[in-house]
Amino acid sequence: MNMVNAINDALDIKLAEDDRIIVYGEDVGVEGGVFRVTEGLQQKHGVERVFDSPLAESGIVGTAVGMAVAGLKPVIEMQFSGFANPAFNQVVSHVSRMRNRSRGKYTSGMVIRMPYGGGINALEHHSESLEAIWAHIPGLKVVIPSTPHDAKGLMIAALESEDPIWFMEPKRIYRAIKQEVETEKFSIPIGKAKVIQEGTDVTVVAYGAMIREVQKASVLAKKEGISVEIIDLRTIYPIDRETISQSIKKTGRIITVHEAIKTFGVGAEISALAMEEAFLHLEAPPKRVAGFDVIVPLPKGEPHFMISPEKIFYEILRTVKY
Amino acid sequence: MFKEYEPINKKMFQIMDNDGRIINKTYMPEMSDEDILKAYKDMLFARTADQMIVSYQRQGRIYTYPPNYGQEAISGAVAQIMRKQDWLVPAFREMGAYIAKGASLKEIFLYFMGYEDGVNLKNAENFLPYSVPIASQLVHAAGIGYEIKYRKKDQVVFTFVGDGGTSEGDFHEAINFAGVWKAPVVFIVQNNQYGISTPFKVQTASDGIAIKSYAYGIKGIQVDGNDFFAMYKAVKESFEHAKAGNGPVLIEAVTYRKGAHTTSDDPTKYRSKEEEEAWDVKDPLKRLKAYLVSKKLYNNKEEEKLIEEFKKEIDRQFIEAENYGVVDLEDVFKYTYADMPTDLKEQMVEHEKFLQWRSVRN
Repeated sequence: MNMVNAINDALDIKLAEDDRIIVYGEDVGVEGGVFRVTEGLQQKHGVERVFDSPLAESGIVGTAVGMAVAGLKPVIEMQFSGFANPAFNQVVSHVSRMRNRSRGKYTSGMVIRMPYGGGINALEHHSESLEAIWAHIPGLKVVIPSTPHDAKGLMIAALESEDPIWFMEPKRIYRAIKQEVETEKFSIPIGKAKVIQEGTDVTVVAYGAMIREVQKASVLAKKEGISVEIIDLRTIYPIDRETISQSIKKTGRIITVHEAIKTFGVGAEISALAMEEAFLHLEAPPKRVAGFDVIVPLPKGEPHFMISPEKIFYEILRTVKY
Repeated sequence: MFKEYEPINKKMFQIMDNDGRIINKTYMPEMSDEDILKAYKDMLFARTADQMIVSYQRQGRIYTYPPNYGQEAISGAVAQIMRKQDWLVPAFREMGAYIAKGASLKEIFLYFMGYEDGVNLKNAENFLPYSVPIASQLVHAAGIGYEIKYRKKDQVVFTFVGDGGTSEGDFHEAINFAGVWKAPVVFIVQNNQYGISTPFKVQTASDGIAIKSYAYGIKGIQVDGNDFFAMYKAVKESFEHAKAGNGPVLIEAVTYRKGAHTTSDDPTKYRSKEEEEAWDVKDPLKRLKAYLVSKKLYNNKEEEKLIEEFKKEIDRQFIEAENYGVVDLEDVFKYTYADMPTDLKEQMVEHEKFLQWRSVRN
């Protein structure tokens, strides 16, 4: 199963189980989404449950708020994360606030899912990684899977959460990773990171498509005798402070890797966390390997922007030798 | 024209039938045979280039591309009317208008090959970059229109969007602003029946798009977008209307996207062969060609020769684009700010250190 199949499977299971769930967005119905994540769901669950919407992201999110306060559970797609921007007002002003502003009387439990990230030679506005912007909004939870298995488990958890979940799918690895995924329903808790490789010299935190790059870097590091502990964040917010700080206390070094731009990014949060939770254990300054603070280049310039395993390895060396 | 073809009358503006016969002489534009022939050749050039790009894409020589196939008369008409000083605020499916504005094919190729330089057009003024976030460009057109009025300039803004884009809030906000300001903007909706896979009836419950002009207090007209003469006449009148300070116009050009949304799309998933065939008889080039042939201004032999010439020229420019070279690291950084922050400079310097380390290591 690849990640596309895994998310489709999670939606399929929950659509069958929970009649509050309504899936919609641009081209998600007849076509099954431009990446085919919702393929076959309209045929199986009907056009009232899975359908194409007019082309209007603010409208999609805003109507979902209405559905949610009235008791439905919308699962809406932003065709590309770069197209979620017209919905910013609805997200910041309503989705994230409905519970607080109605003192819990109304809620906006929904899943807003979207492909994101670079490395696929895409047109402008199709390669951004804006997770830090969304994670900066109180009231939203931001989830990013890195494998088909995690995508299914996290999507099930998202569909069972009462809070609005911003679900970002690393499209670069939509079909690149295949693995056995159990066909039954299972969920992975939101807010929990996972140590996917134990090590002793340095902790590397990453998520989404960067996990694979970190794994490659750790192979290079191993040849140099460096033992890398890898944490897959899985959830950007709420961030799993416990798992990260435990690991830093063990290795004494922390590197965060993300393709999103560096400044005011997730890496900054993790660096702060390292200082707050493990200051006396640190043997090197917390390091960020991240995108430059620029607009993601079009394909011909994009290789400069994307994080390579070698770049990660280089920063691992510098941190370990600090 | 605006009066007789008021959107409320539900009469689509047409001048030529599917066989190239003039069925509405009253509004036949005053164009010389030479100009009509030139317009046809421009459209044929745009179509030939468009089709070649799709085949280059299939060969893996260019990235994702949105074909114009079937919609050439719309840009083709604007191309004959838009002046050097006018503004073009595009979406991304208006090849004929880009070329008319002064974009070279090489530059268009560069953009779709993934070079930002492809929109830094050397010979085209007043032409904004292609706009991928749907309908967001329309509001810019209204703003430019304000500047034209403010400075009392002799300019008109031509801006484009698809039928899908009319669902975005920006579409309504743009027309409303332009209406309030009486800004000289010609809004052209290419209603090609689909927003990717989503058919027009799922996009809106409205009976067409032109009718929405009433709500903003501006002129509107629904035009057969595959009828070159009707498009020419409608654009010309709209241009004059806007230029004279009478405010914006909303043109709904009814057409059909004969190709895919982009080269990543597969239309067989959502539309039938029958439907495609029904639209094929309305093809804009076929119709204008039938007119020219009936007037003995043009023939098939000439067309074959022209297409051969076009293909050579297109391929020449494509190969030039293919040899454009690599993008420097600095290119990724230097356009983000007028005054590059120190922090950003350091990011570049740090990355150069890494590249140096890598080159020594390898």
